[in-house]
Amino acid sequence: MQSERNPRGVSLSALTLSNLAFSWPRAARRTLDIGSLALQPGESLFLYGPSGCGKSTLLSAIAGVVAVPADAIRVGGTDIGALRGSARDRFRADHLGVIFQVFNLVPWLSARDNVLLATRFSKRRRERAGPRPEFAAMQLLSELGLSDPAVINAPAAALSVGQQQRVAAARALIGQPDLILADEPTSALDDAAKAAFVDLLARECTAEGAALLFVSHDRSLERRFDRSLALTDLNRAVAVAC
Amino acid sequence: MLTHALKSLWNRRFVAVLTILSVALSVALIVGVERLRDAARESFTDSASGLDLIVAARGNPVQILLATVFGVGSTGQAIGWDSFEMVEALPGVAWAVPISMGDNHRGFPVIGTTAEYFEHFRHSGGQALRFGDGGAFAAADGAVVGAEVAARFGYAPGTVIVNAHGAGRVAFDVHDEAPFRISGVLAPTGTAVDRMVLVSLAGFDALHARPETPPEDPFATAPKARASPLQDGSGYAEGDADQEDDHRHGHTHPTAARAAGTRGPSEHSHDAEAHDHAQEPARINAVYVGLTDRTAVLSLQRTLSRYRGEPLTAVLPNLALLELWTITGTTEAALRLMAWAVALAGLLGMVVMLSATIEARRREFAILRSVGANPARIFGLIVIEAAILSLAGILTGIALAAVATTPAEPLLAARFGIRLAFALPRARELALLVAIFCAGLLASLVPAARVYRTTVADGLTVRL
Repeated sequence: MQSERNPRGVSLSALTLSNLAFSWPRAARRTLDIGSLALQPGESLFLYGPSGCGKSTLLSAIAGVVAVPADAIRVGGTDIGALRGSARDRFRADHLGVIFQVFNLVPWLSARDNVLLATRFSKRRRERAGPRPEFAAMQLLSELGLSDPAVINAPAAALSVGQQQRVAAARALIGQPDLILADEPTSALDDAAKAAFVDLLARECTAEGAALLFVSHDRSLERRFDRSLALTDLNRAVAVAC
Repeated sequence: MLTHALKSLWNRRFVAVLTILSVALSVALIVGVERLRDAARESFTDSASGLDLIVAARGNPVQILLATVFGVGSTGQAIGWDSFEMVEALPGVAWAVPISMGDNHRGFPVIGTTAEYFEHFRHSGGQALRFGDGGAFAAADGAVVGAEVAARFGYAPGTVIVNAHGAGRVAFDVHDEAPFRISGVLAPTGTAVDRMVLVSLAGFDALHARPETPPEDPFATAPKARASPLQDGSGYAEGDADQEDDHRHGHTHPTAARAAGTRGPSEHSHDAEAHDHAQEPARINAVYVGLTDRTAVLSLQRTLSRYRGEPLTAVLPNLALLELWTITGTTEAALRLMAWAVALAGLLGMVVMLSATIEARRREFAILRSVGANPARIFGLIVIEAAILSLAGILTGIALAAVATTPAEPLLAARFGIRLAFALPRARELALLVAIFCAGLLASLVPAARVYRTTVADGLTVRL
């Protein structure tokens, strides 16, 4: 794979979009039409825009859950559109960390097991997490402010929303993925918790050398990122009303 | 994947255990029905396998077989001693053993026969009867008991037993004036012999001997017995082959007549008369026949059916058993159908359980996909869960069947001589269990396919 041949942070972007056009099957018009976007390794980008502007679709496209044309999306040099089916799933497991808005965790698994889930499907991330992935998980959790063994070993359903989002961040980060995709992860948090969460996430991404693509409609978080972009400016398919 | 499936099921352990139980119940039922059927057939075949022919008064072969070999029900009429001598003298007959029935010992059938019985009777593929203790009877009041009878009542050689008239468990008419002394206890055979009390034909006949032949119609004697119960001098006159009426006329026998050793003179004379006939009973119920050449069995059967002395039926035990299986086959089929219906319900329950949780688990699947699981793996997850549930259900079912047959075993052994020893599943059962397992996997494809579709459609974000 190309990304393996090129050491991270030397020349290749963590994420490159070029002429990405996407429409859902049977949809009348395009959902995405993006000219170009590049994200450097370790860089954090805040992408804002109200709902319905194609945020989730963009993230699905980058994550390789929907089929996209070739040469439109590259993650760490790999053309997502050129990968097929389970290869995309494998690539996602190896190179991407995803944080959802809510319900990030398997409720009956412990916080630690939820973090380790990311290493279950990816040999690369298991190896990068060190000889003891459990240890890496504990370390990440404690860096994210979750060091109480009672919290770490409790079923995820018993945690507060703020704690759950931090566990989700730890899972996205474990095994040093190239790119973290965060889909409004703070929408369920109160203002103080939001700021704290974003700061923690940004710090950990920098520490792990992962690029961060953070999508939200809440512009109050904007200044905590290296760069900020409006999806309405980026996505030419978006109607003026959006 | 397997650990994830196990953990996921553990998270739903209440429903999972219920599902496993419902599968287990159906498996236990299927295994139980199969095992009971096999054990019954084996036991019946083992009991009857050593006999080439059973000669009795004309009647239904199945009825004759059940009565003479298993002590269930009765033969129609008795046959004369002449017929026995005729059978014994036929060319090709290696041995013939007379059989008299109609009494019971505390619910176990009493068979009157000769000592040759122990010499010639074969069971379970040609095995001879062996004595666990003692030996065959020599005296007219000698008795040999089967292993089950001995174990049940703690009998040993030397024990004196008293038999009752009729085949019923409740005895109104006890031959307590004519006890038998046990001379031997048979080793267990796993056949109907285990629950038999074999007494000397001479002694048996002495109890039942009467001046005239027994009436064919039990109702004919009932009014007479009621009117003057002592008329025939003994009170145990109904030595006929029809035991079904024993409760009807049994109560008419006055207990006073037998009370405290008051043997009337008529009884003494009756005994004396019986001893005159000790070696030549007037009537017997059947003749067990062994042939020198088994291929002659059909022609011999034909010869016997044409016997002019009295109407006889010669039963081929194996043919009669086949006939019996066709009779019981319908019941078996119904039972098996029911067992499979229960199995279907159990598997349906599993599909319902797996399907019902899909909606609640869409989030879980989206999370698994976000960390790199492809839809095929999530499809596989559901199938693995079904496999775990089915396998656990099958194993629990086998254990359940074993547990359920443990208390039933002595009951079946005592009542029917059927041995339901716990055994590992046989090839046939194994095939059934594999079929259930495959059906479980097949059934899980339905929810798995649904999961596959929803995960593909959902991607990483659940659209509700």
